[in-house]
This record gives sequence, C-alpha cells and structure tokens, in this order.
Amino acid sequence: MTISIRSVDKQFGRYPALSKVDLEIADGELLALLGPSGSGKTTLLRTIAGLEFPDAGQVLFDGEDVTFASAADRRVGFVFQQYALFKHMTVAKNIAFGLDVRKGKDKPSKAEIAQRVEDLLKLVELDGLGKRYPSQLSGGQRQRVALSRALAVQPSVLLLDEPFGALDATVRKSLRKELRRVHDATGVTTIFVTHDQEEALELADRVAILNKGSIEQIGTPDQVHDQPETAFVCGFVGEANCFEGQVGGGEFKAGALRLPAGGVRDGSATAYVRPHDFVLDDGGFAVRVDRAHVQGALTTVNATAADGRPIEISASRAEAPRFQGTVKIAARKAHVYAA
Amino acid sequence: MWRARTLDDDQTMTAETAARRPPAPPSKRTLFRRRSAIPGFGLTMGVTLTVLSLIVLIPLSAVVLKAAQQSPAEFWAVATSQRSLAAYRLSFGAAFVAAVINGVFGVLTAWALVRYDFPGKTLVNALVDLPFALPTAVAGIALATLYAPTGWVGQFLTPLGIKAAYNPVGVTIALIFIGLPFVVRTIEPVLRDAAEDVEEAAASLGANRIDTILRIVLPALAPAWLTGFAMAFARGVGEYGSVIFIAGNMPYKSEIAPLLIIIQLEQFEYARAATIAVVMLTVSFTMLLVINAIQAWARRFD
Repeated sequence: MTISIRSVDKQFGRYPALSKVDLEIADGELLALLGPSGSGKTTLLRTIAGLEFPDAGQVLFDGEDVTFASAADRRVGFVFQQYALFKHMTVAKNIAFGLDVRKGKDKPSKAEIAQRVEDLLKLVELDGLGKRYPSQLSGGQRQRVALSRALAVQPSVLLLDEPFGALDATVRKSLRKELRRVHDATGVTTIFVTHDQEEALELADRVAILNKGSIEQIGTPDQVHDQPETAFVCGFVGEANCFEGQVGGGEFKAGALRLPAGGVRDGSATAYVRPHDFVLDDGGFAVRVDRAHVQGALTTVNATAADGRPIEISASRAEAPRFQGTVKIAARKAHVYAA
Repeated sequence: MWRARTLDDDQTMTAETAARRPPAPPSKRTLFRRRSAIPGFGLTMGVTLTVLSLIVLIPLSAVVLKAAQQSPAEFWAVATSQRSLAAYRLSFGAAFVAAVINGVFGVLTAWALVRYDFPGKTLVNALVDLPFALPTAVAGIALATLYAPTGWVGQFLTPLGIKAAYNPVGVTIALIFIGLPFVVRTIEPVLRDAAEDVEEAAASLGANRIDTILRIVLPALAPAWLTGFAMAFARGVGEYGSVIFIAGNMPYKSEIAPLLIIIQLEQFEYARAATIAVVMLTVSFTMLLVINAIQAWARRFD
C-alpha cells in the first residue's frame, strides 16, 4: 500500500513536533525514519498509525484520506519499543487477539485462527512457545511475539517504533536480519523508527532523516551517506570531520585545509570530510599523528593539524606503519555547506 | 577437550574423581536458614511470630478454648440455632453483596481518579479515605438518619417502595460505606502502573474501546481487584459499629452475627458467644483461603 503524508503539522503545547512534513512511501517499501531524540520521528510514525492526529495536513493510504480514522480502522500493525504484550494472555492468545476481536463474518473460525498463529510462530521462529506467558520469554522473544501479533491481522502497513531499542547488541543484530526476512517474505509496506544510523542504513530501502520536526533528506542509504543534502545529514549519518571556515574564489579554507567549494557562495561555511576520504598526499597539509590503532581491517588515526584542530582519519590496515610522526594528507572528497 | 560442566557430569562422576573432591561440609538445616544477601530474616521472622502470637493467635485460641468448655451437643445447638443461622446469613450475605457492589464502584472510582484530571480531584481523593478515619458509629448514625424513611435520601426511596434502613438493605448500605476504600486503594496503583501502550496495541489490532477494557484492562486488574474484594468482604463480615445503628437489629431479620455475640456476652453466656465467634472465624478463614488460592491462579502470568 502506498502512503502519502502531505504537509503534516503537529504541536505538543507550544513545542512543534512536526512541521510541514511531506513523505511518499511506495508499496512494499522498507523505510527507516532516522533522527536524534526529539526530532519528531516517533510522532510521525504514530500519526501514520492513527495513535496521534495531526493539527494540519493529510495522511493518505492508497489515495484515501485516513487523517482522522482511528487506529482500529486503519489496519496497521504497530510494534512498540517496550513490546506492549498482553501479559495475562499466552503467546498464542496475544497473537490471535487481532483476529479474535473481529465481529461477525469477518471473524475467522477457531481452527483458522489457530492455524494462523501456528504459521506466524513458525515465521518468527518461536514454534512451540505458544502456551508460554510473555513473562517467561526473553526480550528478543517478546519482540518477536509483538511482531507476529502485528502481522496476524494482515496489516496493510507495518509500523515499528524503535523495535530493537530495548535489546542487547547481539539480539538486535539478529532481529534486524529477521525483520528484513519477514518483510521480504510478506511484502508488507514497513516503516520503522530508529535513532541508530547503522540500523537504518543496513536494513532500509530508503531512509528519511528527521531533524527538529522536519525531513532533511529522503534517499537510499548510499545517497544519504554519500550525497548528504544538508549539513545536518552529513554530520548525523556516518562519521565526519567538521571544519568551520570561509569560502572565497571557489575554494573553502580552514587553517591549512583547502577544499573545492563546489558552487557554495562566498562567506562563512562548514565543510565535512569523512575519515576515509582523507588520504596520504605529499601535496596536502601537514598533521601530527597522535595515535594510530588497528581495528580489524582498518586503521583509525587520531591526528592534530598545525592549528590544533583534531582530525580523524580512517585508512586500510596495511597503511598503518606510514602514519607516524608528521604526515601530509589531503581530502579526496568533501561536503561544503554555506553557514 | 574442555566443555562446560553440567549436572550430568556430576551425576556420572566416577568414584575416583569423587574421592579427589574435598569432603563436603556437614549439611546444615536449610529449611529456614538460607544464605542471603539480605540480612535480617531471623530478626524479622522472630518479631513477626511474636506479635502475631500475642495479637492474633493467642486471643483466637482463647476463643476456641472458651467455646470448647461446652459439650459438643451444646456447641452444635448454639452454633446452628435458627437465630444464629439467620445472623450468619445476614452477616456473610450482606458483606458479600456490599463487596460486589464496591467491586464495581471501586473500579469506576479508581478509574476516574487515575485516568482523568478534574477540579476537586484532591477532595474526592480524600473523601475516599474517609470511611477509614471516621469512627464507625458516626458513620452508622449518619447513614441511618439519611436513609430512614423520613431522612434526606430515605424520603425519596419510600414512595418507590424501597426501605433502605432498619433492614438488611440498611446493613448492606453501611457495609458498602465501610468497604469502598479497600477496593479503590488496591486497584489505584495497579491502574496507574498499567502501560498505555498496551491499550494502544489493542486499538491498533482493531479492538474497540469496550473490547479493550473488557479483555485487556480489566483482566490485568483482576488480582488487585480480588485483594480489594477480599479485604472489603472480610471487613464487612466483622463490622459492628456502623451497622447496629442502621440495621434495626430485629432477631431473625436484621440482626448481624457480631451483635448476637454482644447480646450473649451481656447475658454472661461467654461460651455461647465464643461458639458463634468460632463459627464466624472458621467460615471467614476458609473464604479468605479460597480467595487467596483464586488470586494465586489469577497471578499465574506474572
């Protein structure tokens, strides 16, 4: 199902949570809403779910206006950060709940519901745990139950609010893969909220980056990482060295650093250089190496420029011995934004 | 090859390895004493048992001993006399009905207090506790005056053919008054801690508001509700002060069991008084045990 968000505004008291947000989500897409806390990403997700209602703007599902439709009428599957399982019900009853509360001829037979529960437990690899209570499961298992409970109603869209936020790193990684697998198996349009860029970049087809209630950029993980449209995106997604400086005559200058300004008008500007975009170059500027340490296949170098600016460089492991004393480096790529 | 030692390894241990093991320390009694990071078990348990004995167990044993001064036939005759049976029926029946009614209104009151903000909320909150604080005789007299056929409330009930004082209805009204705070105060914290996202989850799964309340919110309250119900019921069974002013106290009709005990005492029939007390004790204790068992079952998901 396609989802259109059209210039949605939402305020909490005097604090604007969303301002003029536009977003188009294609059928079957896996989209991440990425942003720091307070950026409005959860509010946007809850607005799509029908758990919050916008002050202005529209939410369309397949072209149909659902802006003020209740959550119950929208047929969305919602997965909460804290699972929100019904603790007095068994796992199977939890998953069956959405089907069980249907009325009249919409309600599947007992056997159909049992079959569906069985299938879903298998899908999230929890077969045989249907009779347990949520308190008898681990965090990762609980989140899998929450996921299959949301999927049980065959939602037209699956919404997940920081689904892995409360889990430890190992479980988080495996559940990420699991979500991707479930998404590919069901083909349901999926939107998830996260503040973890690694999670967003690894899992999503497209990433929408939010800041202070507005969308800064929407694009594929590669696009937002390699071609950040705003300074915020550049600083938020991936590692970057940040330089405050001046643009003059098509060139960005900050201390000894010279970068092509790429069309940015003259005046103060901010430049971002990814650690891996700094390379050893005899024509470059001198930095003093403070520390070079090997991490797996990479060398991370902490250096200081002549004007005292700290610089982080990422190089291949083989280059580690060359980062000693004072070296000359240059940026092979940079992002410059007018201040 | 190294592998984790499991229980099986221990069980299949050979005589040789067993011999190399240092001798096990002599096993101490572990029924009451377990090594624990939280000290004070001995002290707290000792004080608890002493106080329970002095305040509860010994007086109750004395009641049983007193009743045992009679022959079994005498005991049985007093325990099952028509007047006693009528009194038990009224005491337990009215306490049960009052606890059920409190069970309904207590949940609504707790709901209103937890879920909404309204002017005068602090006042309502304080009013709920008033039955705890007010001398019960004052409550009884006030209720009797209000619900008497000529009272402020009673005058409107009389034309409808409802008599709300000096009969079992009056007893029930007094017991509702006495028991309300028990239900409200046990439900309130549980309702406050109940996560909102659970209700949102139910809504997103297509449940309407009524389904959500009946199938999600109320079942989660069940254990706390049972506690409140049991406390209100137990208090109602034993209540004396407020009831006697509104009950009318007609033998066989509106005479509660505690009053019957007092009447026997005033006639210096101590053994008879103790007999009725023993019957009430046994019934109450059994019912509380049953409610506790139901509660344990209702908490099976924790």
